Amino acid sequence: MSSGQAGYAAGPAAAPGANAKFETWLWIAQRASAVVLALCVLVHLVTIIYAVRHGLTGAAILGRTRGNGVGLAFYTLYVLAIAVHAPIGLRTLCQEWLGWRAASLNWVVGAVALALFVFGLRAGWAVFA
Amino acid sequence: MNMLQVSVWRGGASGGYRIYEVPRQESQSVLDVVTYIQRHIDPTLSYRFACRVGMCGACAMTVNGVARWTCRTHVSKVVKGNAIQIAPLANLPVIKDLVTDMRGFFDKWARARGQFVSGSGTTRKDDFARVASDSPERVAANAGIECIGCGVCYASCDVVSWNPDYLGPAALNRAWTLVNDVRDGVRRERLAAVAGDAGCHACHTHLACSERCPKDIEPTASIAGLKRAVARAALKGEL
Repeated sequence: MSSGQAGYAAGPAAAPGANAKFETWLWIAQRASAVVLALCVLVHLVTIIYAVRHGLTGAAILGRTRGNGVGLAFYTLYVLAIAVHAPIGLRTLCQEWLGWRAASLNWVVGAVALALFVFGLRAGWAVFA
Repeated sequence: MNMLQVSVWRGGASGGYRIYEVPRQESQSVLDVVTYIQRHIDPTLSYRFACRVGMCGACAMTVNGVARWTCRTHVSKVVKGNAIQIAPLANLPVIKDLVTDMRGFFDKWARARGQFVSGSGTTRKDDFARVASDSPERVAANAGIECIGCGVCYASCDVVSWNPDYLGPAALNRAWTLVNDVRDGVRRERLAAVAGDAGCHACHTHLACSERCPKDIEPTASIAGLKRAVARAALKGEL
């Protein structure tokens, strides 16, 4: 039954507070990046809907993004917020759903963060350059 | 006579349900039902209770899948047709029948620094500290102070079931009342103790604890308060 052997039977836990600072900063980073994302997603969606409704061609869109410094700066910020926000959430999912709490998890989500950032920047650069 | 079909968990973690027939009575509580079974049908049934009036927090069980204090849960409120299912609290190891091992639950109160520590070094021989009853800290502490330690919130919490190290709603609520105790002297240590993967930041705000608390406390709000207090301490470099 669900009562299982959780809790006490799981044995003594790691010293509480040992990871307090690290985890708290991750929490702050995820909340702060969420604020940035809320704005960026809105701008991104409105832009897409505008482009689609006005029937802009690929060439017309590229004509507006190429050399557009503001656009590049916006998408760089957007990609940065994603690269911070998503891996922290992924880390929590791995911890809670897979029970993966080893140090290796931090390296893996760190790699995910780097990949999101690099590929995201590459995409932003591709429509700028 | 109108009879209840009561399905009761028997055995340890690997036990099973056994059905008992209990006479239905007016104003009957779930604890009355369990007591009837033990006194009149099967004296080997183990369960825990003390005050019978909602003060001690000993009699919490899972009733029809929901954690409740059984002494103040009327049969009429939970019965389905004429059937009731009674099991031990979830998220705690079962000792026998309806009795769970509460050590893990209370050890976490200690890990969350749930003890008051005088900050001014005063003793019981000194005069009372004066705390304005309408000060924000006192109001925040008041909101969580009536916890009876029944474990209903802990048994209802998804995060506890995912992470056995998670301190849980009751321990964190206790810590929040002490964070708001202006006489307390270990705020910094307590905030460090409740931060992190096993602490307040693990809460998903599902609100199950607040929904189920028989004392209408909102541990979710207390945990949110801790998140803010810990974040502020981290930003100030005080964690």
